[in-house]
Amino acid sequence: MRPKFLLALWAGKLAMALSRRLGRGGSSLPGRIARRIEPRVLDELARGPHMGSLAISGTNGKTTTAKLVAGIAARAGRRVIHNRAGANMIDGVTAAFLEDATWSARPRGEVAVLEVDEASVPGVFAAIRPRVALVTNFFRDQLDRYGELNHTVGLVRQGLERLAAGGRAVLCADDPLCAGLAKGLAPGVQVPVAAGTAAAGIAAAAEPGGPASDTLFYGLEDPTAGGAAAHAADARRCVRCGHPYEYEHVYYAHLGQYRCPACGHRRPRPQVYAENLRDADLTGTTFDLVTPAGVRTCRVQAPGLYNVYNAVGAAAAAYALGVDLDVIAAGLSETSAAFGRMERLKAEGREVLVALVKNPAGYNQVLRTVLGVEGPKNLLLLLNDLAADGTDVSWIWDVDFEVLAARDGELNLVICSGRRAEDLAVRMKYAGVSPARIVVEADPSRALEQGLRFTRPGEVLYVLPTYTAMLELRTVLQQRGYLRGAWDI
Amino acid sequence: MRAEIRILSLYPEILNIYGDRGNLITLVQRARWHGLEPVVTEASIGDPVDFRRYDLVAIGGGQDREQKLIAADFKDEKGPSLAEAVREGVAVLAVCGAYQLMGKYYRTAQGEEIPGLGIFDAWTEAGSRRMIGDVVVETDLLGGTRTLVGFENHSGRTFLGPSARPLGRVLRGHGNNGEDGHEGIVHRSAVGTYLHGSLLPKNPHLADWLLQRALDYRYGGSVRLGRLDDEFEERAHAAMVRRLLG
Repeated sequence: MRPKFLLALWAGKLAMALSRRLGRGGSSLPGRIARRIEPRVLDELARGPHMGSLAISGTNGKTTTAKLVAGIAARAGRRVIHNRAGANMIDGVTAAFLEDATWSARPRGEVAVLEVDEASVPGVFAAIRPRVALVTNFFRDQLDRYGELNHTVGLVRQGLERLAAGGRAVLCADDPLCAGLAKGLAPGVQVPVAAGTAAAGIAAAAEPGGPASDTLFYGLEDPTAGGAAAHAADARRCVRCGHPYEYEHVYYAHLGQYRCPACGHRRPRPQVYAENLRDADLTGTTFDLVTPAGVRTCRVQAPGLYNVYNAVGAAAAAYALGVDLDVIAAGLSETSAAFGRMERLKAEGREVLVALVKNPAGYNQVLRTVLGVEGPKNLLLLLNDLAADGTDVSWIWDVDFEVLAARDGELNLVICSGRRAEDLAVRMKYAGVSPARIVVEADPSRALEQGLRFTRPGEVLYVLPTYTAMLELRTVLQQRGYLRGAWDI
Repeated sequence: MRAEIRILSLYPEILNIYGDRGNLITLVQRARWHGLEPVVTEASIGDPVDFRRYDLVAIGGGQDREQKLIAADFKDEKGPSLAEAVREGVAVLAVCGAYQLMGKYYRTAQGEEIPGLGIFDAWTEAGSRRMIGDVVVETDLLGGTRTLVGFENHSGRTFLGPSARPLGRVLRGHGNNGEDGHEGIVHRSAVGTYLHGSLLPKNPHLADWLLQRALDYRYGGSVRLGRLDDEFEERAHAAMVRRLLG
């Protein structure tokens, strides 16, 4: 064992212990310290677990999918290394391995299940060499941070070239941007260069070739699910030639059964998919999981079509890792969604439903789920513009809030809160929500109080926060005793 | 009979980044609240368009990929008609990528010059640094000195020619190029700008300026806009001015 590696490990573990003692989260700091001492510390740590690493990236669903896979692995009796707190850049991933390793650098975990931020994919994958890499979907998210979407796709593509020997890419067949990452498909639109913003992004995305690995596709096969294409669709044009896709069926946004009439690029047939979606309500959705190893009935313990995608993606990744189908089905059905992803709790005799919202596609899905429930709607929307939320809030104009106006009569009130409460209020007004129902209260604590006061007993208060607003809200809920124990984030 | 206002949304499914759709929503809603009858037409690649038949044209921005998709169509098929319409006084809002394409040319990092429509006396050069963040601009366009608030995210640096009139002076942020303190351009009833956010919802005075110019084009000044209750919009505007200028 090289002394520098050991020093890095110990410094990292020491920092972790200290930060715990101080009651701090500190989920990335130990990793940063260890990497400062030995930049290759993650490469060495990741060689530890004998089953290797399973990495999950993509815009939406990383945290929930990682939790589902970790649940399946635990059900299989495997000790799991998991960056469960959601620290998904290279320091956070390093910290998860540091936490797992003993002081003598022996790994305790048998498999690592890691969510990885898209921009961190090249660096993290080069270090951990995943055995299985799952890419969930690509939507516009935080363009201020990541730059252009094509650039993000290019970064993930680079990562997929760094899988372990014999490694597998698990890709969503229903998302053209995601399926376009498959081996042999040269991406990038072949059109003349024209005026635009810096060409930095497209260069990476336009490299021909693909991941040097086997690909497993997953998706949905249920024409009764989903429906209308929303404005948040980000890939209506062919990833290969730029011609508009024809959709036989849209599940949501640009996810569906697409085909390019010009060049023939089409949705690949998924080997793992969900069919016969049924019994969908606020607690979850039941479906038949079809795999090459057989069919099992599963229930994902979280509402919305996007959580069916998370479940099928998790099942496909676990399948690629070699987990038994019965274990996959049981593990899926036993695991609840990650915190704040449609989490339910009780406060003052009211049911409170917290659903994290961070980009238009996810927001539309949450709105659809909320409006699918009978009865009056009390909404508390929180919009922050800190770095982790995205400092650019223009994306709220791509959310189809107009669906709320269409049901204006069912709305009791819409409280707009967070650092950009005023922007939300304007968005509500232009969506067609009656101004009389719109309340602006920037302070999240007072906004929650108001929401609970106006929500009648037996009704639900739907709370839709962006990421940092969700963390603030969690503190408020804990202080008031509505939350017992640590939330699982 | 209610006065009609004909709005053209150009390449809506391709050039819609940073909530450009919000500008269209704002124009349509405000037109309705003003008692007008907005008629929205969408046009995309391959659709022949006579821009003089519309009163107001809204064009957004896109990533490099999207800009490349529309470039040939915009320049060769639509460009001449759009230039003529601007000369005749049709109102235009061109944000970010569309703003750049309506200038004389775009010079890439490699020094190649890609011609634009030449409607605006402006040109753009590729920059190495992205200019990202909240912006406050001061403008005399809207009667007295008023502020505009928005968010910018661009690496192209746009410079104005001697005959060009900037939309405003940058009080906070980078603006056209981060050097000369200018943001955007106004040429007749056409506005080019890097501000999104979306731009019009929090700047209802600019939205109404565009609507009024559109009505002037159509009805020659016989239809005047009244005032709306903009309490929410003004609060959102003021919140950003307060935060950025203190």
